[in-house]
Order: sequence, then C-alpha cells, then structure tokens
Amino acid sequence: MAKEKKGVRLEHISKIYKDPKTHKDFYAVHDTSLEIEPGSFVTLLGPSGCGKTTTLRMIAGFESPDEGEIYLGGEPINELTPNKRDTAMVFQSYALLPHYNIFDNVAYGLKLRKMDKETIRKKVLDILKLVGLEGMEARMTNQLSGGQQQRVALARALVLEPGVLLFDEPLSNLDAKLRVSMRTEIRRIQQEAGITAIYVTHDQSEAMALSDKIIVMEKGVVAQMGTPQEIYYHPQSEFVADFIGEANFLCGTLVSRDGDRGEMELAGGRISVEGVGTIDQGTPCSLVLRPESAVIAEEGQLPCEVTLSCFMGSYQNYEALVDGKTVKITDFNPKHKRIFEVGEKAFIRFDPNDIHVLAGVAEK
Amino acid sequence: MATSQGAALDRKKLMADPVMVTTIVVLIAFLTLFILYPLAILLVDSFYGEGTVSLDTFRRIMAMPSFLRAITNTLKVGFLVGILSAGIGLLFAYMEVYVRVGGIVGGLFKVVSMLPVVSPPFVLSLSMIMLFGKAGLITRHVLGIYDNNVYGFWGIVIVQTLTFFPVCYMMFKGLLKNIDPSLEEAARDMGASRWGVFASVTLPLLLPGIGNAFLVTFIESIADFANPMIIGGSYDTLATTIYLQITGAYDKQGAAAMAVVLLCITLLMFAVQKYYLESKTAATLTGKASRARMLIEDKSVTIPLTILCSLSALFVILMYICVPIGACFPTWGYKFTPLTFKWFGQVFSKYKGLKAFKDSFVLSLIAAPLTALLSMIISYLVVKRRFKGKGFIEAVSMLAMAVPGTVLGVGYIRGFSGGLFHTGILSGIYGSAAILIIVFVVRSLPTGTRSGISALRQIDKSIEESAYDMGAGSFHVFMTVTLPLIKDSFLSGLVTAFVRSITAISAIILLVTPQFLLITVQINEFAEKGSYSIACAFASILILITYGSVLLMELLMKFFGTSRKIVED
Repeated sequence: MAKEKKGVRLEHISKIYKDPKTHKDFYAVHDTSLEIEPGSFVTLLGPSGCGKTTTLRMIAGFESPDEGEIYLGGEPINELTPNKRDTAMVFQSYALLPHYNIFDNVAYGLKLRKMDKETIRKKVLDILKLVGLEGMEARMTNQLSGGQQQRVALARALVLEPGVLLFDEPLSNLDAKLRVSMRTEIRRIQQEAGITAIYVTHDQSEAMALSDKIIVMEKGVVAQMGTPQEIYYHPQSEFVADFIGEANFLCGTLVSRDGDRGEMELAGGRISVEGVGTIDQGTPCSLVLRPESAVIAEEGQLPCEVTLSCFMGSYQNYEALVDGKTVKITDFNPKHKRIFEVGEKAFIRFDPNDIHVLAGVAEK
Repeated sequence: MATSQGAALDRKKLMADPVMVTTIVVLIAFLTLFILYPLAILLVDSFYGEGTVSLDTFRRIMAMPSFLRAITNTLKVGFLVGILSAGIGLLFAYMEVYVRVGGIVGGLFKVVSMLPVVSPPFVLSLSMIMLFGKAGLITRHVLGIYDNNVYGFWGIVIVQTLTFFPVCYMMFKGLLKNIDPSLEEAARDMGASRWGVFASVTLPLLLPGIGNAFLVTFIESIADFANPMIIGGSYDTLATTIYLQITGAYDKQGAAAMAVVLLCITLLMFAVQKYYLESKTAATLTGKASRARMLIEDKSVTIPLTILCSLSALFVILMYICVPIGACFPTWGYKFTPLTFKWFGQVFSKYKGLKAFKDSFVLSLIAAPLTALLSMIISYLVVKRRFKGKGFIEAVSMLAMAVPGTVLGVGYIRGFSGGLFHTGILSGIYGSAAILIIVFVVRSLPTGTRSGISALRQIDKSIEESAYDMGAGSFHVFMTVTLPLIKDSFLSGLVTAFVRSITAISAIILLVTPQFLLITVQINEFAEKGSYSIACAFASILILITYGSVLLMELLMKFFGTSRKIVED
C-alpha cells in the first residue's frame, strides 16, 4: 500500500538539553547510530528518560539533532521541517483535531496534498475500513472510546502512505485488555500495509509482541539491538537482562572454559554453564537466571532455602535464598508438583542451555 | 558540547517557513515601533535637551510644587483604593464562595462584576457628582445638605474603589475556589473556630493573592485618567497633571519627564506583582478543590454578610442606573418631571452625536479584530513555538500592561508628531485615524494576549504537532487548528478589545484631532463643562452599545463557540 517503503538511518545522532534545575547541558541522546530496514517494525524500548521519544521526535523533525545526520530512504533530512518529511506520527495522546469529525481528521493530510474530492473520499473510507471504523466517519472525536480514537489516529497516519510510520507510546492511555488487542491490530495493519514502522514504548511485552527488531535504550545510548529472541535470551548487559523480563543475577567466577562451555564457581559449588562467549577464565561473572527457566527441586545445581512460596494459579511463586541472595523462581503448572514450604531446604535446578553468563559482577 | 548544529537546524527550519518569519519580523517591528519606541523617546526627551544630556528637565519638574503634590496625591489615592478594593473584593468573593448566595443576591453579584466591564471609565464619577454633589439628588434633595463637596481626594477614592473592586472580586473568586476545602475542614476538625479557620488557614493561603489584587488595583488607580479628571477638582494626580502640562502649559518636554516618573512607578509595581507575587500565588494555591465545599449556613455569619454585600451591590447598581435616568430628567438637580428624551435628541441634533458615535464605532470596529488576531498570534508564538526573539515579544506585549494610557499618549505625541526621531519619517500617521487605531490596539493587546495564552496552554501541544506532521505549514496549522480551538478566547478578545477601545480615553484624548469626534472625549468635555444631562445621554447610549456587544458575544459563543467543551473533554 505504501508508495515506497523507506529505511531510516541515524548516524552519530546526539541531542543536548539543558537541565531545568541545574542549568547544565546533558545528552538526552548520545552518539546513536541505527539502521532500520525498509518494511520492518522496530521498537525503541527503554525506561522514561532514556531518549527514545527524543529519538523519535528527531526522526519526525520536531527536534533537531545537535550532532549527526538522519537519513530517510537514503536522503538526508536534517534540514526538513516536519511537514516536509515523509513520516507520519501516531501520538501518545492521539492528538485528534477535536473540532473535526473522523472523516475530516483522516482527510486533513490528504487535502493538503491537493487530491481531488473523490480520491480523498475513497482513500479515507478504505483506510477506515482497514482499521475497523467503517460507517463511523461522521462521528466527532469526543464521541469515541479511547481505542477508537487510537484507530482514527492510526488511520490518519496510514492514509498518507508515509515512508515511515512513527508511534509514540500510542497504547499507554488504554486499559490493559485493550492494549493487548490493539497491539495485535497494529501489527496486523503494519504487515498488511507493508510499511516501515518505528515504535516507542516502555512496555517490554508490547515491544516483544510487535517488533521485528527491538532497540533497547539506556541513558541516551543504545544498550542492545536485536530480535526479541536475541534480546531476551542473550542480553548483553545487566540492564537489558533486567529490563526485558525478570532476571536473577548470581555472581561468581569462571574457573574453566572450553569453547562456549565452561564451569563457574558459585555459592560454594561448581556448576557448568553454556554461552560464556569471550569471558576470560578466572574472571568474575554473573549468571543470568530467568525465574521461569528454573524450578525448586529436591536435587539440582544450587542449594537454597525457600523464603516465599505462594500459589498464583498458573504458577507457584517462590523466593529462595542462595548464598544469602534472594532468587525468584516461577514454577508453572504446579498442580501435580511437590510444593516446597517456607523454611524448607532445597535446590534450584535448571538446564545449562537456559542460562546466560555476563562478564563482570552484577550490582543486583 | 555542540548544541550549535541543533540551533542552526532549528533556524533553517524556521527560515523554510516564510509566513512565520514574516509574521515574527512584522510583529517585532510593530511592538518596537508602537510600544518601545514611544517609551524610549520619552526617556530621550527628558534627559536630552539643547544638545546635551542632563537632568535639567527632571530638576525643573521636581521644583514644581504642583508636580510633587501630584506624586503624593497619586500614591495616597492608589494606596487607599488598593486596600479598599482588595477588601471589598475579598468580602464579595468570600460571600459567594463560602456562603450560600441565592436568587436576587447572586444576580446582584453578577451585575456588579459585569458593570465596570461594559461601562466607560468615568461613569461613576458622573453619577457621584449627580447623586452627592452640591446639587446632588441624595445630598440636596434627600438629605438637604446644600454644600457637599464631592470633588477631591475622597471623591476619587470612592469612585475608583467602586470601579476597581469588581476586578479584585473576580480575582479572589478564582483563588478561593482553588482552596481545597479539606484544608479548612482539617483545621475545624482540630478545634479551630470559624474565624480561627479564616485567620489561620484561608487568609495565609490568600496572602500573596491579596498582595496581587492590591498591586493590580494600585496600578489601575494611578494610571486612571478619566475619574480624577472629572471628580478630582483641584486635586491633581500624575495622569491629570501630565495632561494639563501638555494641553495647558504646552510643555511637552516637562510632560515627557513627568510621564517617565509615572511610568517608573507603575513598572516597579508591575515587576513586583508579575515576578514576585504572581508566582507565589500560584505556588500556594495550585491544586483544584477536591470536592464541593460545605457552605456556611450559620445565620450569625450569613445574615450580616448578605446584608452588607447586598447593600454595597445595590449602591453600585444605583450609581450606574443614575446615568440613564439622569439623561431623562428635564434638568438634573432642579426639575425631575416629566421624564424626557430631549437630551438624547440634542445629542444628535445639536452636538453631532451621530458623527461621534460613528467615529468611535468605526475606529473601534477596525481596531477590535486587529487586536484579537494580533493577540492570538502572539499567544500562539509564545506558547507553541521556539525561536529567537520570543522572549522579546512576550516581554514587550506584557510591558504594555504596565504603561498608563497617559504615558503612552505623551510618548506618541513626542514620538510621532515630528515623525520618527523628529526626522519627518512616518509623520503622516500623526493625527490620522491610523494612530488612533494603533493606540486602541496597543491598549487592548495585553488583556487579549493574556487570555489567549491561558487558553492555548490548555491545548495539548501534540494536536498542532500532528497537523504539522501531516504536512500542514505553520500558517495552515494556525488557521485550521489553533484558531478554531481558541474560538471562545478569540471571540471574547474581539469584544473586549471593542469595548475597551470604544470606552478608552486616557491615551486617546491626547492624540485625537478635531477631525475625529470620539464619544468618550465628548462625554469628558460635557462633564467638565457641567452639562451632566448631555454627558449622561452620551454615556447611556455608549453603555447600550457596549452591553449590546457583550450580549452578542455571549450569544455567538453559545451557538458557535464549541471550543470550551472540546478542551474540557
């Protein structure tokens, strides 16, 4: 549907702001380089203040980068104003024009492109059908639910057939259930339209569900970039491991290695690990253990003492002390399993394939 | 760190928008030429004479006993009026927010808050003289006092207080509504008496607001020209002294120096009010009331307050009613029956009333849309855009609020009568309709801008950004998104500008040439001469026009103004 899918490239982009309190300059985005493939769905993920929205607004043209150059479809666009860029944005607050009805909201950009009335009408009705708002074109925006307003905002951006579609936390004002169904919808529409999309969110499950690629940002720099699987299974830093999903960090030392496998000294014992990558023998490292990839059992790799045992329906929620450190374990489908009570001594058991080792000692 | 690229790009993006750049340049030129330049020329005039820079002019005016008296007079009046207005305003506001005000009393309050808006500034002076003067209806015919002197200090104080307290009342009403009732309930719960709650919670919270109201009134009072002119008698204030220095003594340089003195006083007050008190008021009273307030129903509180407020309100209304009635008496003070319309007839047959109304009406009608549009553009730029010179635009348009009309008038005389910097450039506009329209615009600009700014702050920035993002240029965004969303503010700005223009006198009286007859100037003239019936007839028609336009505005808002509803949703 899009005239032309466009890729986006950021080359050494920085944005500097003044701290309103201390009046000191700081980097909101620092020396960030990205390459976004045409037609892909990419998410900028990170906590508030990590620079993800600033990055998006620089691509849209609302902010100007202090360093670096942004390319859209191979063309540098730094000097273009937002209205001259081939981007369309879906805003967090939807930003529908409250004095227009749905039709006029969606037609606003088309009218500016000097299309004839009949074409506009056809395009608007087609796009409203695509987002599931057929027959509602005469409604005013304040007669719509949050989800419907979101669809109008999406339709309004899509109808312009932009080279890149930008999303600024579009689902954050919706309730939890609607959020889940809307994100499926957004993904479906993006696939159908075959459009490049850049999506900003702080919600990791949204990022997982939507993206071809996730870019995790921390304090203005890219912490990691990769497919959802890469990010989840092979986090390259403690920050990423902790931000995407839950993770336990256990500190120890890599005592021997053989290619990608090795042995780690941890909590007074030795355990075999995989995926040690380039970590040198004899250096401190952290074991990243996802709560769902381990169980409490009568035998296993790590001795522990159960400090919390709580039935949550689909899983049993445990907390256990390992060498004085609290480890979270979620044991799914506990109906027929032995349940360990608080105070019991037990072991944590996991498959060496399911864990991940990071160089350095975790702070957590 | 290199912020320069970002700044350079922002600049380039701005330059890619010729409408925007032109608007900003024109705006800055306008503000410089018609607000800054006239004030600057006053400074130049008063320091620079016969080729040298000196303080001679200031020495000269400071040596005039009449000028020194005018300063103390002005400050005395301003001080007292400020206190009285804040006090009465607070009483009214407290009454409305804390005590149940029903039916008639509520109606009275609404009328009282409305009257000063729609009436020309000196109406109260007229009625004061007619009711309490030597031949006053009340003093002579009711009380039998034959030598009551209303002219002078007390006359000005009473008239100004009655004129300005409704402004304080509206300010306090807003503040009191923002006090969370649970604060007071907590104090009451801990054992404070009703008076204790007022003294220990309500009043301290309001304190910066009271200071604010006092200073706003103070500035209004010392800038007021019309009332001291009519009811001041020999009691001269700065505004009237400056006027007389020009029109009577033809001492333009002296008047310029005096204007500088007056300007310094108002600017100082304005600075304190704007930068110190306003932020404090906002800091102490931020939140919205969490729920409705339990109104005081204690009869020992409600009855005296109701009586007090109703009497004051009735008195104010009586003062205003006196004007149209006065215009219908055959001879005010001597012959009251039968009621007649002969004065209204004379306005048109003998005193060129039609031309006066036409001139005032047309000039104001041209000025109003210009003002409204200009103030909306300024608000838009200030609230929604980033560019160099934004601070200048904001500061200068707010500065105009602190400039008394008389000062501006003298500035225009000095600045434009011989052309720019006395070089003859632009000298054509002096004495023309254009300069009168410009004065109207400049005088109403700050009010319009302020209301525009607060309206725009309530609109989510991303609404305009989305339009921009969809491909609209900034002019298109302003016309199709911004303006429709602040329609109400625009409409009320339009009417306020019209009303302010058609009732303006202080600056205009110095600039008007015989070629134009303005109603306010006519009223002032007849009041000066003692032809009160004619003055009243003029004033009554003027009030009708202004009230009519306010009604029209309310009607228009009802049918076309949807923006408030949208913003609230």
